[in-house]
Amino acid sequence: MSIRHALLALLSEGPKYGLQLRQEFEARTGEVWPLNVGQVYTTLQRLERDGLVEPDDSTVDEGPQKGFHITEEGAAELAEWLRTPPDLSSPPRDELVIKVLVAVKLPGVDVHEVVQVHRRYLVELMQQWTRLKEDESRFDLNFALVVDAELFRLDSLIRWLDTADGRLKRAAAEGGERTPQAFPLPKARRKVGVRP
Amino acid sequence: MSYLELRDISKVYGEGAAEVCALQRIDLSVDAGSLVAVMGTSGSGKSTLLTIAGSLEEPTSGEVYIEGRPLSSLSRNGKAQLRRQSVGYVFQDYNLLAGLSAVENVSLPLELDGVAARKAQAAALESLENFGLKDRASHYPDQMSGGERQRVAIARAVAGNRRLLLADEPSGALDSTNAETVMRLILAACHRGMAAVVVTHDAQLASWADRVVFLRDGRVIDQTLPVTNPEAILADLPNL
Repeated sequence: MSIRHALLALLSEGPKYGLQLRQEFEARTGEVWPLNVGQVYTTLQRLERDGLVEPDDSTVDEGPQKGFHITEEGAAELAEWLRTPPDLSSPPRDELVIKVLVAVKLPGVDVHEVVQVHRRYLVELMQQWTRLKEDESRFDLNFALVVDAELFRLDSLIRWLDTADGRLKRAAAEGGERTPQAFPLPKARRKVGVRP
Repeated sequence: MSYLELRDISKVYGEGAAEVCALQRIDLSVDAGSLVAVMGTSGSGKSTLLTIAGSLEEPTSGEVYIEGRPLSSLSRNGKAQLRRQSVGYVFQDYNLLAGLSAVENVSLPLELDGVAARKAQAAALESLENFGLKDRASHYPDQMSGGERQRVAIARAVAGNRRLLLADEPSGALDSTNAETVMRLILAACHRGMAAVVVTHDAQLASWADRVVFLRDGRVIDQTLPVTNPEAILADLPNL
């Protein structure tokens, strides 16, 4: 998450000052991600240095606080950022994957038991998020989107664990590991979870 | 007190070399007002567990108690009466009768149980209204969306004074928005005092439950702890 671009997005609605930006940022993210006000001011200074925001004279009524508005360059930067997909092309370092891969090889360890420990933990996390979602009185659109994103992320991990569990069971039934494939996967794919 | 209790339930199909043990020594209790999810992959025994809990099938050994009554003490007719009066079923493919309207689908089981037609229809309309389907009462299944059909099926399952809801992959054929609606309705029925068991392979569905029980190869292998303070998850998030 880029605070820099989140602040540009808020300023694209009109001039705002620091404390206001922090409050609006937290409201927009369903108050799920608290933001340090010091970070807001530091980020505004950098945005000003880069010519993406400018001090705004129309917010002088807000007392001693300094207001800002977005520049044309800032608006162009925001538009480009919104349309640039995050880098999801290579597998991320994933501790869960590493633990299961290690458990497969380790003598005396039941990999299915290891999988279940993680599955239960993930389901318990999902229950907590779902409880928050259940209470519709606090349920604004932004909060719902954040909770959904977290539920789908956790769900995808559980689906992977379920698939791994089934694959390991079948492999055991077929008599253990197969011989290496004649056509190995691309190098990047073989490094799942161990990228520095 | 548990509304539904399974004690040491086992189920074996076939004999000799063809013997398959679908359930092994299952203990499970569900209180009135609570929702329990049974989670497992295909073939884990979760659908068998549900049919035994609802007396649609006999266990090979063990006992099922509903409201403290052992099902083995009931006659065939007694079990059928219990199913009609106390247990509501929801299936993945809705199981609505195509030639009946929504209100007729909901009222039919009540009429079969001896409730007068007018009274059964009033109860069916009330149940449909609770699920936001009052204006769909005269529609036939093929005139409704999948989400609406499943809501009718849930309205049917809880109509009358039924106290136990058993659901097998209730949102399996629905998109995630409709699946959420279905789970909210099942949870609302629990808040009104029903006991519910949902079997599913889907973690998003299971996460609506008060307790999730994990089934593997016919055995209960694990279960979640009660959710006590969900807000804590927000406090654990790092500052940006």
